[in-house]
Amino acid sequence: MKSLAELEAIRKATLSRINLRTEGDNGTRVVIGMATCGIAAGARPVMHAFMDEIAKRQLSDVTVSQTGCIGMCRLEPMVDVIVPGKEKVTYVHVKPEMVPRIVAEHIVNGRPVDEYTIGAAE
Amino acid sequence: MDIYRAHVLVCGGTGCSSSGSAKLIDRFNDKLAENHLEKEVKVIRTGCFGLCEAGPVVIVYPDGTFYSHVKPENVDEIVSEHLLKGRKVEHLVYTDHATHEQNAEKKLDDITFYKYQHRIALRNCGVIDPENIDEYLAMDGYKALEKALTQMTREQVIDEILKSGLRGRGGGGFPTGLKWKFTYQSQADQKFVACNADEGDPGAFMDRSILEGDPHAIIEAMAIAGYAIGASQGYIYVRAEYPIAVKRLSIAIDQAREYGLLGKNIFETGFDFDLNIRLGAGAFVCGEETALMHSIEGKRGEPTARPPFPAVKGLFEKPTMLNNVETYANVAQIILHGADWFAAMGTEKSKGTKVFALGGKINNTGLVEIPMGTPLRTIIYDIGGGCPNGKKFKAVQTGGPSGGCLPESLLDTPVDYDNLIAAGSMMGSGGMIVMDEDNCMVDIARFYLDFIVDESCGKCAPCRIGTKRMLEILNRIVEGKGEEGDIEKLENLAETIKSTALCGLGQTAPNPVLSTIKFFRSEYEAHIREKRCPAHHCKSLLQYKIDPEKCRGCTACARACPADAITGTVKQPHVIDTAKCLKCGTCMEKCRFGAISRE
Amino acid sequence: MEKMISLTIDGIAVEVPAGTSVLEAARKAGVHIPTLCYLKDINEIGACRMCVVDAGGRNLQAACVLPAADGMNVKTNTPKIRNYRRTLLQLVLSSHDKKCLTCVRSQDCELQRLCKELGVEDGDAFKGAMNEYEIDDVSPSIVRDNNKCILCRRCVAVCSKVQGIGVIGPVMRGFKTAIESPWGLKLNDMACINCGQCINACPVGALHEKDDTAKVWAALQDPTKHVVVQPAPAVRAALGEEFGLPMGTSVTGKMATALRRLGFDRVFDTDFGADLTIMEEANELVERVQNGGVLPMITSCSPGWIKFCETYYPDFIPNLSSCKSPHEMLGAMAKSYYAEKAGIDPKNIVTVSVMPCTAKKFEAARPELGHDGMADVDIVITTRELARMIKEAGITFEKLPDSDFDPLMGQSTGAGVIFGATGGVMEAALRTAYETLTGETLAKVEFHDVRGTAGIKEATVKIGDMDVNVAVCSSTGMAAKLLDSVRSGEKNYAFIEVMACPGGCVNGGGQPIVSADVRAEVDVRAVRAQALYQEDADKPLRKSHENPEIKAIYADYLGKPGSHLAHELLHTSYTKRLKYTD
Repeated sequence: MKSLAELEAIRKATLSRINLRTEGDNGTRVVIGMATCGIAAGARPVMHAFMDEIAKRQLSDVTVSQTGCIGMCRLEPMVDVIVPGKEKVTYVHVKPEMVPRIVAEHIVNGRPVDEYTIGAAE
Repeated sequence: MDIYRAHVLVCGGTGCSSSGSAKLIDRFNDKLAENHLEKEVKVIRTGCFGLCEAGPVVIVYPDGTFYSHVKPENVDEIVSEHLLKGRKVEHLVYTDHATHEQNAEKKLDDITFYKYQHRIALRNCGVIDPENIDEYLAMDGYKALEKALTQMTREQVIDEILKSGLRGRGGGGFPTGLKWKFTYQSQADQKFVACNADEGDPGAFMDRSILEGDPHAIIEAMAIAGYAIGASQGYIYVRAEYPIAVKRLSIAIDQAREYGLLGKNIFETGFDFDLNIRLGAGAFVCGEETALMHSIEGKRGEPTARPPFPAVKGLFEKPTMLNNVETYANVAQIILHGADWFAAMGTEKSKGTKVFALGGKINNTGLVEIPMGTPLRTIIYDIGGGCPNGKKFKAVQTGGPSGGCLPESLLDTPVDYDNLIAAGSMMGSGGMIVMDEDNCMVDIARFYLDFIVDESCGKCAPCRIGTKRMLEILNRIVEGKGEEGDIEKLENLAETIKSTALCGLGQTAPNPVLSTIKFFRSEYEAHIREKRCPAHHCKSLLQYKIDPEKCRGCTACARACPADAITGTVKQPHVIDTAKCLKCGTCMEKCRFGAISRE
Repeated sequence: MEKMISLTIDGIAVEVPAGTSVLEAARKAGVHIPTLCYLKDINEIGACRMCVVDAGGRNLQAACVLPAADGMNVKTNTPKIRNYRRTLLQLVLSSHDKKCLTCVRSQDCELQRLCKELGVEDGDAFKGAMNEYEIDDVSPSIVRDNNKCILCRRCVAVCSKVQGIGVIGPVMRGFKTAIESPWGLKLNDMACINCGQCINACPVGALHEKDDTAKVWAALQDPTKHVVVQPAPAVRAALGEEFGLPMGTSVTGKMATALRRLGFDRVFDTDFGADLTIMEEANELVERVQNGGVLPMITSCSPGWIKFCETYYPDFIPNLSSCKSPHEMLGAMAKSYYAEKAGIDPKNIVTVSVMPCTAKKFEAARPELGHDGMADVDIVITTRELARMIKEAGITFEKLPDSDFDPLMGQSTGAGVIFGATGGVMEAALRTAYETLTGETLAKVEFHDVRGTAGIKEATVKIGDMDVNVAVCSSTGMAAKLLDSVRSGEKNYAFIEVMACPGGCVNGGGQPIVSADVRAEVDVRAVRAQALYQEDADKPLRKSHENPEIKAIYADYLGKPGSHLAHELLHTSYTKRLKYTD
């Protein structure tokens, strides 16, 4: 027997798992470069870190997906964070330990972590 | 909790299961493990996506890439390319029949097959894992039940359904809200709700797909119905030929009980409700409500006269409210979004959407859900992609054995209950079978009648004997033994059966014959008077001929003929002995010179 | 007060109680709607569709299952409806064997009559495939010929709803639907009790009794055989119907004359056997009451009931009276007492019983009912078979003079006569038991509490200081209900009468068949029973023990009721039976 509150919690938690299947485009997307170059530079642990962090915070509106090589292999691992209605922010040389901050500041509170972005790196 | 970056949805619906989707799931899991992706990518078996023609279907999210006709060996490629490296496997991406485009960047909604659709009843089919209640919950599942139980009175629930204009999706089109109201008004110590999942029309499988793809939607709706009419027990009558549906329903019921969504004191409102599954042996007549209830009671599945209506005296002599699966599939959405939301879709008297099973001579066979009022032409040409191989459209059959065949001239009819009846057919449960120029309409009528003769319960004389006699006349006609007066005899029998049969199935049984006589009378006349089948379909009326001009005397036909009906010397034109000819068509297939024709 | 409903049928206003069917309402308005599957209160299923009427709905509706509603305007006789009914009849004919000329039900067939009434001209209009069935004639009592069956299901309804048995039902579906026993077994291999109620319900010739008239003719023809006949009490109350006499006419005297003219050597009366039964049964009851025997004691006259009890309620076998049924007693006496008196070798005696009953054919063949290798009763024919023999012999029955039965076993009392109606055995037994137990003369011989057609009747009878609880039931469906209440301890009786057929033997499975139309208007059971009660009232002697021939048989031969010889000749035993045999 589940209480109404428990059901609601299950809803939220599950939605965060399956929302990438719902066709709505209104959630934040985290796109990780996962071509050979990205993977070689350590993109996989980064992606896992994103997934763990999002799961930990039960963010139901965020999807993590991969993309191919965009040609700037030297900056890999690269991560795009796309918040609907805002300009795409690209983080470069991302390491797993940077992920909690990106999630907390950018995805949750809407303030990009400028020092990790491609702008800071260039 | 497990977060995955990608979900691979493999269709576990009826069509895709039979084209081997189960093997795909195993292969995906193996290959993902090989590539250490099992923690990143989740494989989910879902219900039917609808586009069965393209099956087995695989959709990869979050990008929504739609792969069609996926074979197990293709899985390796999808894993190594798409899932590991993020590169779509272009050659497996679905080709749109309407636009002839194969566009990997397109999302599901952009595919013409889906563009005109509006999925309410099928909303979760192909999206969620039907064996996981949490996924149903995530799609606002059981919120409607919560709303009904905690915020609405029983009268308000019934009123909402009434105002929505929802009508029975099983075929009759009776206003659902009225049914609820009548059962609510009946006084009794015990009432029942029941779900008709005895889908029996040849070609129709929407109820099956809903049960397989979204079983909780039915459970939730039945609980809402139970609350509204005052029933604490429900029965789902499903044919034993639907083992996957039965299994998923059983799992869903167990999960709902575990979560307290079925059982005693649901949401601590004092409302008790539980469900049981009853398996039917697959008799067509058990879709008729009184027959269905007798079958649940353990008796021979035969209709009885109404009144008394089930709302007054149904299962075990108690007031019973029976709705069809698709009808129930709309209920939670109506409660959640309101009657006005639902009533905004459709035509004046037919609200919401209707699911059709597209079949026959059509490119995109499958399951589609369209707003009421969509013209037949849109369904057949835009969604269905028209007739394959450039053949000419001849007729569309709706309503299964109870419906009729509509010709080209009626294709602009907006589909709703009343329009279809006015056109000489009916909505039925939603089978839609397209016929092209190669279909003989007399033979089509014969096919449906053959089904009815097989499935008649045998209780009332007109259906038991009358349909058999009609079938005998049609058999004669297609065999070239028709007589002057046969059409009139058919019409008289059809009228008698229509007017006097005991149940709805018998009363509508002559419809395929009546509608084909109405729209294709000349085909009947050609069979009877000229002993000719205009569609070149009826074997007995066919003649195979060898054109001596074209025949090179290669003997391929003579060697292939199983009846030794072809004679001739090498390099001389051959001849077919029509008396010996079995009309199997083998010679025509074998001839490399197009010398053999059929007429 | 009952709510009344007003409606119009073919323009005639009529008022009926709520719940009345349109068919019944029409009858009240003097409008006859044709029916085929309808059997009032028993089979109201709207299957044949012959009674379709236009009640203003989308489709025509079957009047037999359509409840009358206020303001309803019903049309029963439009050109369309007449055409549909004709077409339906033609369809039924297309799957019926139409061997009317040689059918046992010719001129007595509801299908035949409807075809005539509704003007069916072409019986072959829809000629097509037919189902072919093997005739099931293995049962000693009942023949089923599915080639004639029109699937009205009246037999099915009687068997399951009235008799509570259900050994036949629809199998297969569509055009292949047939009425069969489970697993295609023969009726004889099922727990059929042979009551023949299905025959009486059949509108056509698909069910009829196993015809044993040829055996009787052969015996009559054989100069070495001395043929003794006895008709049951209920036969005299119904035989006249076969010859156009009104229902309820008692034809005892004509029947005796007819039997004699057929050539029977002795015409005895089962009524005498009934009186003899009472002597033995009353004695058995008194003994059981006085010596702490098994109670309630239950009557054993009805062979349908006996087989029902042996099969479905074997735990009640010890409750069954050990008395043979009246005609078996008389048969046994004919081959012992009469043989001795007349100086005939019992081996040359053929005993023929004319019974209202098809189960008696089965009973006569029970091995325990006989002695010295001879059956007590050799041949059983039904009332209907007797009528056929009389017609075949060219005997103008209705013009026959009355005559008496032959002496020795031809005299009877009113107690014996009423055996043919439900409650009759009980009343007859009470008349004798009262006087035996109290030694007083019964002031009023009628026990009205046990008369009438109710399925279950109860009475408490004061005999001396004792209050004796008794119950009477007819139809095995009612018997099951009554036995359940006894088994559960809810009811407590000393004596129970059970008859397998509703209303008792007057409505037995061997009696003249009454069409559904007549059954809808007349209570056959009550009208025929009345003939017996009238005969009882007219008799100078009304208690079995006052019958001088009964007194003589005990004085000259048996000694006293329950004597050793009586036990040997007049009592029997029962066996538990399986519901079906492999």
